[in-house]
Order: sequence, then structure tokens, then C-alpha cells
Amino acid sequence: MISDLASFFATYEENWASWWPQLLPAIWVTIKLTAASFLLALAIGFLLALGKLSRNRLLRAFATGYVELARGIPALAILFILYFGLLPVGIVLDAFVAGFIGLGMSGGGYFAEVFRAGILAVHKGQREAAASVGMTPFTSFRWIILPQAMRVILPPMMNLFISLLKDTSLCSLITAPELMLRAKDLAMMSFLPMHLFVLAGALYFLLAWPMSLLARHFERRMRRGYRAG
Amino acid sequence: MAALLRVDDLYKDFAGLKVLKGVSMTLERGHKTAIIGPSGCGKSTLLRCINYMETPTAGHIHLDGELFGETQNGGKYQRMSEKQLARQRSQVGMVFQGFYLWPHLNARDNVAIAPMKVRGMEKRAAYELADAMLEKVHMSHKRDEFPERLSGGQQQRVAIARALAQQPKLMLFDEPTSALDPELVGEVLKVIQELAAEGISMVLVTHEVRFARQVADHVIFLGDGVVVEEGAPDQVIGAPKHERLRSFLKQILEH
Ligand SMILES: Nc1ncnc2c1ncn2[C@@H]1O[C@H](COP(=O)(O)OP(=O)(O)OP(=O)(O)O)[C@@H](O)[C@H]1O
Ligand SMILES: [Mg+2]
Repeated sequence: MISDLASFFATYEENWASWWPQLLPAIWVTIKLTAASFLLALAIGFLLALGKLSRNRLLRAFATGYVELARGIPALAILFILYFGLLPVGIVLDAFVAGFIGLGMSGGGYFAEVFRAGILAVHKGQREAAASVGMTPFTSFRWIILPQAMRVILPPMMNLFISLLKDTSLCSLITAPELMLRAKDLAMMSFLPMHLFVLAGALYFLLAWPMSLLARHFERRMRRGYRAG
Repeated sequence: MAALLRVDDLYKDFAGLKVLKGVSMTLERGHKTAIIGPSGCGKSTLLRCINYMETPTAGHIHLDGELFGETQNGGKYQRMSEKQLARQRSQVGMVFQGFYLWPHLNARDNVAIAPMKVRGMEKRAAYELADAMLEKVHMSHKRDEFPERLSGGQQQRVAIARALAQQPKLMLFDEPTSALDPELVGEVLKVIQELAAEGISMVLVTHEVRFARQVADHVIFLGDGVVVEEGAPDQVIGAPKHERLRSFLKQILEH
């Protein structure tokens, strides 16, 4: 048993020199995919939240419809639609581009709810006080509402970030050259699927771990209230 | 010269509930009007209509001779844009029952942020102004504290400083001491009295009838959305004519 374990790890040592140079750029692609789709999801989510809170009925209906769709459709289906589905109409997207747009569009629906909840968590008296000193709705939102909403938004936002990081592995199915795809290729070539998928899992974990620490830090800070900040 | 504030025949409905049913009042510069009345009679609604926090169902507001919250085109009135409204609101300071200090800003920033972001003042000038306003409400020593660390009375004083920093033509107070523990009421009333003595124009909604009698030069008793009785404090509070006002005063002074 112990010798089995030792030989399991020994295999990593033997292959590390050939695996690592292939995995490292793939990790980099995963990070870039995460960052790009996060920014897109953030922007979409923010606009949708404003739409859902808007007084304009059309905007509200659009935002609500989008959120429902984004939550009901698997991210993978969106990726396939963007990457394969658009081919017949002559739109050829790069796998990376299709990947981050698809994940961003899908994630945007979740981010919208987080933003909306955060903005609604700010007491309406806060907005009234801002209006009473002559702030325009924009100034009030920027300097009074958003800073308070962010404290509520940050922890769930970090959690969504972590989900997004893990969901980038879906992009392997549209051949984006990211970590999961590389791990799968290496697994097929080396006939060592256990080794490579365990390694891939560990690498994802190492990327996500600092984020969840940070999320927990923000959660604690929020519970301690404003003074601590 | 036109009165500082003129409220003409104001009506306000909330989804069919008639809250204000034709309220008029005027306030001259430097004068103080106190509004008293039972809970739910529309005092807050009246005050909130004055700075268009609520849009009146009918009636008009003039501040310093200027139509407030609306633009007039021929005979037609139209609510102004949020931007225009914001500019007008900056002439009116408002103090809320619930203080509503901004919890992410310390006392000084609570006071300085509007001068900076609304009037575009430089940070240094805004802080100087904020410090002067905090001095006025005797809160200089707490200027770096966040609201959470201040008592209710201290929070309300900072909120008053915040409103004063707009250098408003008119101050509106909506039951500024109702949310306070009894031992903290005095410090806030003292500040308001000092402002009154300075000649700041104000409309004050309050349950502190004795205080109203001291600082106000005019008292309005609002009952069920209409002005039931008004006049000099000694007359309205000292010698009420209407039975409703008499029983209201009796009830309130017993506590
Ligand atoms: N936004 C609103 N929507 C619906 N009804 C409202 C709204 N604001 C106030 N009302 C109603 O209008 C009536 C008058 O309320 P208002 O707050 O003006 O009373 P008030 O005289 O200030 O009372 P209090 O002394 O309790 O503060 C109440 O019946 C209240 O429920
Ligand atoms: Mg009230």
C-alpha cells in the first residue's frame, strides 16, 4: 500500500519535466479565461442589476428575462452555440474568445442577482439623505450606495469568481487550450489518466484556494461592521 | 420681496390614501415654523413634499420666489429632471428622524462629501468647511469617528452639520429627537436652538411641544392632512382654540 503510494508519486517525478512545460502555459490560459470572463460577467451583471432596478418597464423585463435564461441554460450549451452553432452562419470564433464570452454571458445572470441584492440591502434612508444634500442619482450611487453595497456584494462575488474559475474547464470541450484540455491530452498520450486528472484538480484547487481565503476575510470584515474597515 | 418658502394648496395621495388635503403655508427669511400633530397626520409627508422627496399630487412649492421641483411651460407644470432637482435640493437642508449618516464615511467625510461631489469644492476647502460645521454642533472632537461609534445624539448632530454644510437657505427637521434616548434629546435641541438664534430659517416637525414654543415664531397644528389651527406659539400652544388640538396637547404634555 505504502509502496503503491510511493510509486504513484514517483511517476510524477519521472514525468514532471515533460508535463510541466505543457501545463504551465495552459494554467496561464485558464487564468486569462477566468479573468476575461469575470470582467465580462461583472459588466453584464452590473448592467442587468441596474436594468432590474430601473423604473423603465422594458429594461426591467429585458433584464429579468436575461437572468432567467442565463440561469436556466447550461454554460456548456452557450459555449457550444457560440463555438459550433455560429459556424453555419459564417461566424468563426476563436475558442478562447467563444469561451470567455460564453462564460461571461452565463455568469452575468448570476452576478446580476448578487449586485441587485447588494444594492437593495442599502437602506432607502441612505439614498434619501444623499438626495437631500443635492446629490444627483449618479453621484449618490457612486459615492453613497455602491460603497455600502460592495460590502454585501464582495463575498458572494468572490464565490462566483471561484465557480467561474472552475467552469473554465468546460472550455476544454470547445478546444480552448486551457488546463483541463492539456491534462486530458497528456492523460491520453501517457496512459496515466489518474495522475493527470488528480494533478489538474490540485492545480485548480491551488488557484481557487487564495480566493476562498479572501472571500472569507471579506465575510468576516462585513460581519464586524464598518468600523473595522 | 417674496417669502422664502411658499406652499400652495398641497395635496398628496398614496395609492388612493389621501394624506395631505390642501395645505398652505409661508415662511419668511429667518423665521421658524414648528409643525405639530398626531402620528400619521401627514407631517413627514408635508416636509418631504417641500423638498420634493415626494412629488405632490397637486399644489406647488416656491423657494425664494422660484418654483421648486417643477418647471412651468405656459400653464403646464412638469416635474423637473433629477439633475435640476438635485441643484434645487442643495438649497434645502434636511434632518431625518433616523439620522441616516453614511456608515462608510467618518463624521468629517459625512459632512465634506456633498461640498466636494455636489459643489466641486477642493478637498482642503471642504474639510475646512466640514470642521467649521462640526464645531457648530460641538462635534469637532469626534470628527474622525465613524457613525457606528457615535451615540444617537452625536449622530444627529453630525447629520445637522452635514445639512448645514450645504449652506442651505432653509432647514427642514423631521422629528430630529424622536429616535433618541431621553437623556440625549437635550444636546440636539440645544444645537437647533443655537441655529435658530443665528437666524437660520427652519421648518421643524416635532413632538417636543415645549421646545417648539421656545424656538418657533409660528406653530401649525396639522390634523388629518389639513391645517387645523395655526398662529403664534403662545396662542396655539398656550391657548388652543380647537378641541382636537387641546386633547392632543393634553395627551402629549402628560408624558
Ligand atoms: N410612501 C408611502 N406610501 C404609502 N403610504 C405612505 C407613505 N408615506 C406615508 N404614508 C402614509 O401617509 C400617512 C401620513 O404619514 P406621515 O409619515 O406623513 O405621518 P406623520 O405625521 O409624519 O406621522 P409620525 O408622527 O408618525 O411621523 C400615514 O398613514 C402613512 O402610512
Ligand atoms: Mg413623521
